[in-house]
Parts: sequence; structure tokens; C-alpha cells
Amino acid sequence: MDPGYDKPLPLLTGMTQALTGEFYRWCRAGELRFQRCTSCGRFRHVPRPMCPACGSWESEWTRSTGRGRVVTWTVVTRPMHPAFTAVPYAPVVIELDEGVRVVSTITDCPPAELQRGLRVRVVFDAVTEAVTLPGFERDTEQTE
Amino acid sequence: MTGLRDRACIVGIGQTPYTRGPLPPGANNLTLQLQAAVAAIADAGLGNHDIDAILPFVSLGNAEDFAVNLGIEDLRYQATSHLGGACPGASLLNAVMAVSSGIANYVLIPGGWYGFSGRRVREVVVADTTVMSGGVNARDFYFPYGLTVPPQWFSFTARLHMSEFGTRPEHLGAVAVAARRHAQLNPAALMRGRPMTMADYLASPMIAEPFRVFDCSLEADGACAFVVTSAERARDLRQKPVTVLGIAQGQPYPADDIVTRADPFRIGATNAAPRAFAMAGIGPREVDFAEIYDPFTFQVIQQLEEMGFCARGEGGPFVAGGRIEPGGELPVNTHGGLLSEAHVLGMNHFIEAVLQLRGAAGERQVPDAEIGVVTGFGDFGDSAIAILRNG
Repeated sequence: MDPGYDKPLPLLTGMTQALTGEFYRWCRAGELRFQRCTSCGRFRHVPRPMCPACGSWESEWTRSTGRGRVVTWTVVTRPMHPAFTAVPYAPVVIELDEGVRVVSTITDCPPAELQRGLRVRVVFDAVTEAVTLPGFERDTEQTE
Repeated sequence: MTGLRDRACIVGIGQTPYTRGPLPPGANNLTLQLQAAVAAIADAGLGNHDIDAILPFVSLGNAEDFAVNLGIEDLRYQATSHLGGACPGASLLNAVMAVSSGIANYVLIPGGWYGFSGRRVREVVVADTTVMSGGVNARDFYFPYGLTVPPQWFSFTARLHMSEFGTRPEHLGAVAVAARRHAQLNPAALMRGRPMTMADYLASPMIAEPFRVFDCSLEADGACAFVVTSAERARDLRQKPVTVLGIAQGQPYPADDIVTRADPFRIGATNAAPRAFAMAGIGPREVDFAEIYDPFTFQVIQQLEEMGFCARGEGGPFVAGGRIEPGGELPVNTHGGLLSEAHVLGMNHFIEAVLQLRGAAGERQVPDAEIGVVTGFGDFGDSAIAILRNG
């Protein structure tokens, strides 16, 4: 944990932020969980109060396997934000095996080695006292 | 569906010079837009007090700010469509509905900014998550990973397109080179006098792979405005009218998150284009030129595909070989676009289309231009599509 952490953080408090807060509270507990509709069983992310598929207001935070694959990525080579000056870095899109997709980062893979379909598994980075960000690393145990 | 075809016209246009600083003393986004507004109203042969509806651009001033300066005592209608760069086209749809229903008679659509000398987009999107739909999701789920600005998030889709369909850097480059060639013919373009070859393009530094510097639009200071009225009223005004044949807006799903779409290439234009062309009663083959919102080169390829100018995946080869350049089969962004004229929020695309359809585009005039398409593209893929005809 870096006391001088200056990168943007999610907003976890306030009337509109209850679901986002819950997602990140699970991360802080070391668990990647997504909303799953109690009625139709579909996973969803980003968090929403209603199931867009069936209209249900009921959902439960269901634990993800934490395993997935790389869908796409970019390699940022020119800094565009004062806290992200260490280029290059590569934001990625990961599709979890449950079907939801997240923007994230891969901690142990240089940008040049990224490829579509690369298997990854979740790791957690407690960047501040309050916020733990899910990231990913190569899933060496799992073969396709 | 032809209900709103031929019901409304663009009858006045105005624009400020496009510059990159310095910021004049006392100037701000409102004063800049008011200059363009006054020019557009005068171009139509109207007085400021004739305007009775104002449709401002998202977050760049309220209708009241314009009305109180223009002395409009009875503003009948105002609205802002929160579609980012698709706002001007969405406002045109609003204007067409307003004048054809009698809600308003003369609608002003302004838009412009000190996008170079004032706050940059890269600062605005991070500082104010209310500016765009999806801003809150970006803050909570994208920004923490350093995905903070449009060239980064749209590069996700561009990379997917390249791996899925074999789209090449030279295809993106063809869009940039075509824009630059058009800009050489446009006295208002910031990149006039600064030609660019494919080799120049390929040598330009990467910003966010696969986007290079020359894939990105030109942040600029500038404003435009246009005036819309009914087809009946247009006949009595100074300028040859430009008639709205088709107009539609659309959004991807979900609109507020760019990474979770079942079909990653589907954007607002995918939904809007069939509506716009059905209203107009024509197809893409009957279009003489297209002014396509071009924040990055890839968005031109993507919109051409999703509008049906070519099949999905064929956009790269479609833009190569000079087809979209001056004198090509489908000239695209005849003013140089956001890439090589100036990033004036796509308002400049409407100004250019009207100039082309008036036959007043000078050196860059598309011969016998009769029908033009103008698109807007904003936020995480919202679209507006206008099909315009001379007379």
C-alpha cells in the first residue's frame, strides 16, 4: 500500500454508489463477485439495480471463478493523465468465464506479450486503505 | 417512414475562425459560440429576435445564456441531447420536429469551445463525470487502470477490428491522409499548408496502440452555429435552403459501458442508419459526399461500415485507394474533418455540408453535389445521422 497513491479511485460512498461500493468491498475482502440475477440467473457488470434481461430487482453477489481470457487491450505510450506517466502500460479487457467483462490490468505480462485469448486469473492490489483493485496475472495452471 | 422528410431546412450557417490559441482576454465558450450564432442568424437573413428555440451543445452553455444575450424574450423551446459529439445531429432531429409541428419557427443550434486554449477533453472527462453518459462507470471501473481518455478506450475496438477483419495501419492512415488532402483545399483548415503522406502517417508516434498522433483529431478553438426552419418559411429567406431528407439518432447497448457489448462493433449508427435512409427514401449509393464525425481515424471506417456504405469488415479496403479523397467516388470530410480542419464538435461537419450543397465550397467543391450525409459520434458510440439535399 502506497501512502502517496495519487491515481484515480472509484467513488464508493453516496446515494448512487451503493452497488459500486459493494463490488469493491468484496474485492477488499479478496473475493471477485458479480451481481447475478436471482430470477433469471444472468451475471451482470457494471453493477445495476435492475436486471436488464428480465426486469428483476433481486440479485445476489455471486463469487466468480476469477478466471478468464484477454479480449482486447491498448498500449498507452503517451501519458494523458498526471498520475499515469509511467508508459508504456496496457489497460486490458478481460472476459471472465461467467461471461462478464471488465477493464483491468495484467500484472505479470509486458504489453508486447499480450495476445487475444490469453488465460488469466484474478489478483488483488490493495492500493489504499479503502480501495482494493482487481487485476489479473497469467493463469499458468490452466490449459485450454 | 417519410413523415419528416422535406419538412425542414438549414437556412443559415456561421462559424468563427479556427485557431489554437492564444485565448483572447475576456473570451469564453459562450462568447465564442455567440459570435457564430450571430453570424448564422445574419446569414439566414434573420434578426436575433426572430430565433424562438435554442438547442445548445452538452455542457457548453444553457439556452438561457444565449437567449439573454440575443435579446430573445419569448423562447418557445429549448433542449440539449446528451449524446456528446452526436449532439448537433440529435439537435437537428429536435429542430425538425419542432418546426414541423409548429412548436417553434426559427431554431438556433450552436456549438463550439476553446478546446485548445481552455480545458482539454482529457481534463474535462476526468474532472466532470456528468459530461458524458457512462462517465460514472468510467470513473469507477476504467480510470483506476489508466484508461482515462477517448483515444485509449476507442483503441480497444480498433484493435479488435484489426484482429477480426485484418484492418491494417495503412487503412487507418488512408483516412488521415484523405482528411489532410481535403484540408489543403480549405482556407479555414488548421492543417492547410501542412500536407501529409502515408509515410508521414506511419512515422508519427503512437499515442495508444493502434492510434498514432495522426489518428487523432485536432483540439482547437472554434465555434459554429446553424439555423433551422420549416420548408415553407425557408422559401422566403435569403439563402438557397438545404433540406433535411432523413434524420435519426441511435445508441449502442449498453450505451454507458464500452466493454460489455454483445456485439463490440455495434454503435448508434448501426441502429440509426436504417431509420435515416428509410426516411430519406434513398440508399448509401445515392450519396455524393459524407461528412463523418472523426475523433479518430477508425471511427470513420466503423461508421461507413455500420451505415452500410460497405459491409462490416470491409471498411479498411473501402477507404483505401483514394475513394474518400478529393475527386474520389465518395469524398469524405471535404473540409478536412476533426482530423485536419479542427475539432469543433462536429458542428463544422454541418457547416461544410451546407456549403457543399449550396455550391459554395470553393476549391474543394464536390461537382454537382446534391445529397450529403453528416454524422455525429459521441460518448461511448452514440450516433446521429442527417441526410441533406440541396434545395
